[in-house]
Amino acid sequence: MAALVQAAPAWVKERREAAAKHFAAVGFPTTRLEDWRFTNVSPIAEAKWPLAQGGFPQAEALVASVNVPGAVRLAIVNGQFAAGLSDLSALPKGLRIASLRDGARDATDGIETHLGTVVSLATHPFAALNTSFLDDGVAIMVTAGAVVETPIHLVIVTSGEGQPVAAHPRVLIVAGANSQVRVAQTFIGVAGDTYFNNAVAEVMVGDSARVELYTDQRESAQAFHVANIQAHVGAKGVFESHAFATGARIMRHDIGIGLKGEGADCTMNGVYLADGERLMDTHTSLDHAMPHCTSHEIYKGILAGKSKAVFNGRIIVQLDAQKTDAKQTNRALLLSDEATINSNPQLEIFADDVKCTHGAAVGQLDEEALFYLQARGLTRLAARDMLLHAFAGEVIAGLKIPALREQIEANFFTALARDMAGQPAGAQEGR
Amino acid sequence: MLEVKNLQVRVEDKEILRGINLAVKAGEVHAIMGPNGSGKSTFARALAGHPGYEVTGGSVSYRGHDLLDMDPDERAREGVFMAFQYPVEIPGVNNAYFLKAALNAKRKQQGLDELDAMDFMALVKQKLKILHVDESMLMRSVNEGFSGGEKKRNEIFHMAVLEPTLAVLDETDSGLDIDALRVVSDGVNAMRSPERSFIVVTHYQRLLEYIVPDYVHVLAEGRIVRSGGRELALELEEKGYGEMTGARK
Repeated sequence: MAALVQAAPAWVKERREAAAKHFAAVGFPTTRLEDWRFTNVSPIAEAKWPLAQGGFPQAEALVASVNVPGAVRLAIVNGQFAAGLSDLSALPKGLRIASLRDGARDATDGIETHLGTVVSLATHPFAALNTSFLDDGVAIMVTAGAVVETPIHLVIVTSGEGQPVAAHPRVLIVAGANSQVRVAQTFIGVAGDTYFNNAVAEVMVGDSARVELYTDQRESAQAFHVANIQAHVGAKGVFESHAFATGARIMRHDIGIGLKGEGADCTMNGVYLADGERLMDTHTSLDHAMPHCTSHEIYKGILAGKSKAVFNGRIIVQLDAQKTDAKQTNRALLLSDEATINSNPQLEIFADDVKCTHGAAVGQLDEEALFYLQARGLTRLAARDMLLHAFAGEVIAGLKIPALREQIEANFFTALARDMAGQPAGAQEGR
Repeated sequence: MLEVKNLQVRVEDKEILRGINLAVKAGEVHAIMGPNGSGKSTFARALAGHPGYEVTGGSVSYRGHDLLDMDPDERAREGVFMAFQYPVEIPGVNNAYFLKAALNAKRKQQGLDELDAMDFMALVKQKLKILHVDESMLMRSVNEGFSGGEKKRNEIFHMAVLEPTLAVLDETDSGLDIDALRVVSDGVNAMRSPERSFIVVTHYQRLLEYIVPDYVHVLAEGRIVRSGGRELALELEEKGYGEMTGARK
């Protein structure tokens, strides 16, 4: 690490130092902060996390396990771009991909211009921590006007080979005006490993550009996963974020979208499945800064065991953002009596000619529907899975990379099977 | 086929069935009639194994097995089918996908190969034709947005595909107009066979003009108060439930 610090260009060092200074001042967030009220990160704050180093033997198998055929694959192993596990053979025209370490030196690349401009370190202490370790990662630069059909798949694998480690993966996506690109990021680690993965992805969507970002969080059940996804969308630009989460012991997602140009449109959807003693916290933030923008948000949670979930959906409609059309839906199903969710829509509307709707519902599986399916011959478990799949289906259907959708769907059913193992609530007691 | 002895069922804290006795032989059609609140639908749901219906006494033997010891899905896979009085709407679950899963669950139990999508569709299209059911119903979510008539027709369509040994129709005629009633009845009649039995629960005699039963039973206050042949239904029609059941008190 020390050697790498020396090799970094001056601007990287400056941003790193500024972020480190900021983080040193604010420290890890505590539950006294409104944004962290329900998520206690002391298991992260109180442990020692040496920086993960280099590759590890299982990385190749992990990368292969989530292979998306036909995609450009970019592997990030322990926070660093791993060329050997990446596959750029399908790299289409109009797309430039650089490891941040290499790209950072090339002033013409625009990385220096954009990196760190989307995520606010003042409001996201973990992003400050990530930036203070700024070293490597991936930059995806889409040339103006380029329509990239080939999906880009980031596979972010982490392991300390049995030792607790931290990684701070960093991704930058810059889509020029009128360009289009689909990017997926899969977070995966060695099952049972304890590690702290602190990721940041920044997305710049140019005017009339279209970016879809799919996130599949399937970290080790003992991992701590904190991820920031922040996007700025230009005039008439479209950004979609679809996040699926089944892993980690504590997960915190901060997904923020700033609609910065007139007529921008965004979708922010997610499904999370929490079981055992997992804590899954999703904080979304939508900044309607300009007029005539639309946003669609659907988050769905399935909670079993003694799991906890937090959903905070913030929508800000600024004074100038007339004719805003924002819709937020948050639903959760509790499969056990011991699972809990704190759901909080947070609308701050300063413009007067806007359409904003939000709905939140927390409930249980419909017993009559379960019985109906069962009375036709499906086992109670199969009936339950069918209903849960239907519950999540609306979000899963939004996945526009078929191979990835199948993979995420398969993982969804695997996770459903997992959460039943230690959980008799209703499902196995039958009639 | 089915032997019900002194069946007692409670819903929440209320005793609804107070000792039902009924024997159904293979190939027979039994009609269960009775006024509202007599326990007709409770009887149907208890046979299907609804979790809200607690059996507090008696026994039910189905083809030599203890039916009450089986989960609802086991009963279904063993050939018991209940057409719901109020079919449940299940958004997001495709009707054909669900029916295929249900059929294959049953075939698996019987030691048969599971049907693939092609074979399933071939089978299903044949059944759709008999029941005058529109093919688009297959691709919709189960019962979602279906009209009352469509829901009942979908129930009979499920029955036609699953080919049960014992079919329990719970007020399948309620909410049907005369044309739909005829279509549904034709569907049921087409399935009558020496191996298959039906229990038809209904409030009105009208249905029995189309599905002609071998036996009619009148239920009142959780007991069968009269049993007889087809003519009993006509008598009921004439005199009404009040006189017939009240006279027994």
